[in-house]
Amino acid sequence: MRELAAYTTSTGEAIQFWVLAVFAVLGALSTILMRKAVHSALCLAGTMIILAVFYLANGAYFLGIVQIVVYTGAIMMLFLFVVMLVGVTAADSLKETIKGQRWLAALCGVGFGVLLIAGIANASLKDFAGTGKANAGGNVEGLAALIFTKYVFAFEITGALLITAAVGAMVLTHRERTERAKTQRELSEQRVREGRHVPPLPAPGVYARHNAVDIAGLLPDGSPSELTVNKTLRARGQIRDVSQEAVNDLKALEQRSADRLERAGTEEASK
Amino acid sequence: MQNLIALLVAAPLLGAAVLLCGGRRLDRSGHLIGTLLAAVSFVIGVVLFSDLLGRGADDRTLNQHLFSWVPVGGFRADIAFQLDQLSMTFVLLISGVGTLIHIYSIGYMEHDERRRRFFGYLNLFLAAMLLLVLADNYLLLYVGWEGVGLASYLLIGFWQHKPSAATAAKKAFLVNRVGDLGLSIAIMLMFTTFGTFAFGPVLHSVGDAGEGRLTAIGLMLLLAACGKSAQVPLQSWLGDAMEGPTPVSALIHAATMVTAGVYLITRSGALFNAAPTAQLAVTVVGAVTLLFGAIVGCAKDDIKKALAGSTMSQIGYMVLAAGLGPIGYVFAIMHLVTHGFFKAGLFLGAGSVMHGMNDEVDMRRYGGLRKHMPVTFVTFGLGYLAIIGFPGLSGFFSKDKIIEAAFAKGGTEGWVLGGAALLGAAITAYYMTRVMIMTFFGAERWRNAATTSPDEPSAEPAAEHRGEHAEPHPHESPRSMTIPMIVLAFGSVFAGAFFGIGDRFLRWLEPVTGHQEGNSPVGAATVTIATMVLLVVGAGIAYLQYGRRPVPAVAPRGSLLTRAARRDLLQDDFNHVVLVRGGEHLTRSLVYVDHTLVDGVVNGTAASFGGLSGRLRRLQNGYARSYAVSMFGGAALIVAATLLMRAV
Amino acid sequence: MNPVYYLYLAALLFTIGATGVLIRRNAIVVFMCVELMLNACNLAFVAFSRLHGNLDGQIIAFFTMVVAAAEVVVGLAIIVSLFRSRHSASVDDASLMKL
Repeated sequence: MRELAAYTTSTGEAIQFWVLAVFAVLGALSTILMRKAVHSALCLAGTMIILAVFYLANGAYFLGIVQIVVYTGAIMMLFLFVVMLVGVTAADSLKETIKGQRWLAALCGVGFGVLLIAGIANASLKDFAGTGKANAGGNVEGLAALIFTKYVFAFEITGALLITAAVGAMVLTHRERTERAKTQRELSEQRVREGRHVPPLPAPGVYARHNAVDIAGLLPDGSPSELTVNKTLRARGQIRDVSQEAVNDLKALEQRSADRLERAGTEEASK
Repeated sequence: MQNLIALLVAAPLLGAAVLLCGGRRLDRSGHLIGTLLAAVSFVIGVVLFSDLLGRGADDRTLNQHLFSWVPVGGFRADIAFQLDQLSMTFVLLISGVGTLIHIYSIGYMEHDERRRRFFGYLNLFLAAMLLLVLADNYLLLYVGWEGVGLASYLLIGFWQHKPSAATAAKKAFLVNRVGDLGLSIAIMLMFTTFGTFAFGPVLHSVGDAGEGRLTAIGLMLLLAACGKSAQVPLQSWLGDAMEGPTPVSALIHAATMVTAGVYLITRSGALFNAAPTAQLAVTVVGAVTLLFGAIVGCAKDDIKKALAGSTMSQIGYMVLAAGLGPIGYVFAIMHLVTHGFFKAGLFLGAGSVMHGMNDEVDMRRYGGLRKHMPVTFVTFGLGYLAIIGFPGLSGFFSKDKIIEAAFAKGGTEGWVLGGAALLGAAITAYYMTRVMIMTFFGAERWRNAATTSPDEPSAEPAAEHRGEHAEPHPHESPRSMTIPMIVLAFGSVFAGAFFGIGDRFLRWLEPVTGHQEGNSPVGAATVTIATMVLLVVGAGIAYLQYGRRPVPAVAPRGSLLTRAARRDLLQDDFNHVVLVRGGEHLTRSLVYVDHTLVDGVVNGTAASFGGLSGRLRRLQNGYARSYAVSMFGGAALIVAATLLMRAV
Repeated sequence: MNPVYYLYLAALLFTIGATGVLIRRNAIVVFMCVELMLNACNLAFVAFSRLHGNLDGQIIAFFTMVVAAAEVVVGLAIIVSLFRSRHSASVDDASLMKL
């Protein structure tokens, strides 16, 4: 592999490139086209892994590993955590609201891409040096030698940047409690005082058939009651409506019991 | 010795500052401080005068340079004084007569609550006038010029609770502004022409400038002189200025203010000599004004306004003489000095009469006062004889010379100007005799007419708390008032003879103004005889009209000319029709242009930008993604530009 | 095969990422697209490193990763606090600059 990344490229690398490049582009397109943020994140993670492979193929062994560990492993997982926290909102439809935005975006994208590719094609990059010589003493050692000599200041500053970022994230997400949390007694007294909904909220679930918290309890007429579902789920619009199923199930049950009663009746009659 | 010059100005200026800033604690001593400082100025003037007399005739110019006021590049304005024979004459007149008027005011303003302030203003007036005549450049002269305007405004409107006085003060100030504009333009023209405005350099390099430029400067200076000296067409403020206290009238008319224009023209003599057109304009203005003032003086029943007309006329004589060039300058100044004496005496006499007559100013309610006010009668009478040019008295020497000089101008102009001056002398005799007879002779018309006439409102509001409705008890004025009158009467009698006999004044002033004997087409004796004849004729007509017949208490309707003259020969109506109406129309049309054209352009520009912004605003929709599109498009453009540059 | 093709791929991925930023409204997805753009750049850097035969490109890519990590931390924190206050993660909702 070391020779591979050196002065020439092998047929194997070419095959690898053409196959994986297709998947990388597909992953990128899926990232921007998938409706749900979770799917986008997963597609992006796939693209990043393919990029890690490309790094390895280019002789950047350290970066390839870091790409997998840090990017795909840590950063993308952080994204997934936030997706979980924030959730999918109703605004996440792919319908465009700004007039002409999509056309302009497509125009700019195509123009930019064409220009960039034309620029690369225009450059004379027939010959290349290869990383063989640079990696002679080992890729990690080579990087370390550069980082701790030529780029040592940038490296130190990066450390400061990371610390600052960590503190900043804490400051941004930390919420100071400015008042004491209300006790259960105070909450119940407040409820009585307001007189809006005095008894406890009804529980979710239907007829002991569903006990999942995202399933609304049904009112006597068979329509779901949103009161029974947790506030956060309500806000996200993640209520599973099973009223129709429940009614159908009930019908089926009645049908079956009717069938059985009828059969029992006929059997009894036949006896 | 020249270090004393600044003190001449500083003494009254200090008085003004002390009196105006001192507050009420100076109320009891303020008039004494003011009079003392005016007297100090006069004493310094006398000391300097004796010093000048001790020098040779060519060595009589003192200079004092205090500091450079505005030294900017080629522009250099100095606070510097120049004292020569011309300035010296004015200094003595201003501070001398000024001091006498201060003394007189002590008695005259005794009952006025704001006497301290009055003396502060008087001192300010003196300081400004002295600065005017002592400056060694036109810019500093302008400072004094404006100071005189300010002080006259304050003094004419001293009784500002009277609307008429406040209006008169405003009128005087505004009309003076027109003249001031002329002076400022003249100074600017001087600077562009000569690069300086100091007297010496400007007047010495007159030959370097073109005649057109000099004429322009001369006409602008003439405009300035018209404003300050109340010459046609800027004469209208003088009559209304009588609203001020009588000592103010005396000060303005005799010693200060109105003489400033004559001083300016005489001082700029070299310039006018090189610009004959401007000089001709000066003589025309002088001749017209001397007749104008005299005619107005004939028709007025208000004693002060009659004297005001006379002042206008006498200043007209001086301007006429100053316009005659080197043959007239000396006589202009000589008449100015003698006029300073007798006109101050006449005004103080008029003030004394009013003082004794409950501030009545209408001469038709006077009469027979010679028995009740002997001192006033005698001093006023001597002033009267002096002003009409009675042989041997001051006016005779100075006025006669001017008339001679007018004839000596030569050609048609000489005949016209000389004729006008002669006619003016006759009218002067007429109206002064009229004043004299109506006031001091005839029946005592004030016996049964106690109240002020309704059609001529009293000029002096102090009348209200002096028992206006009681029958007046004419009495002689206190000594502080009579002594200045007596001193001035001496001046009226002897000054002319002192100056004129042996050409003393001529020799004194000649080094500054230059002199040249004119070749008169008529002999000096002929002129004198003609003047005497006309004098007798004028006085005789007045005697026939007013001395032989009783004077009606209410003025008869009179001829068209009389009625016009009573309205100051329609000067205010003229100003109203031409300037006020014209100004209104001009303003209205300018407002229209402003509303349609200027506002249209401005509003149109604003509206077009507003509309454009309204459309551009749509781009700023607040969506981050829209802004991102612009950024991305911009990045694409930069890539394209980079590629293009590489391709080229 | 010439490593230049990696550059083409990087350009393509970058453009896709940029277009994604423009058309998606969910702040998290927008953020992912930004990450995609950064990764595309990294690929280009690595490819350049190989073309030039030295390790400087890789160093830059390494720094990019670090900065991207810091950016992700802060960015996600912003998104979380934004969601808390506005109950929405849509970038169009934060349009107070609109007239």
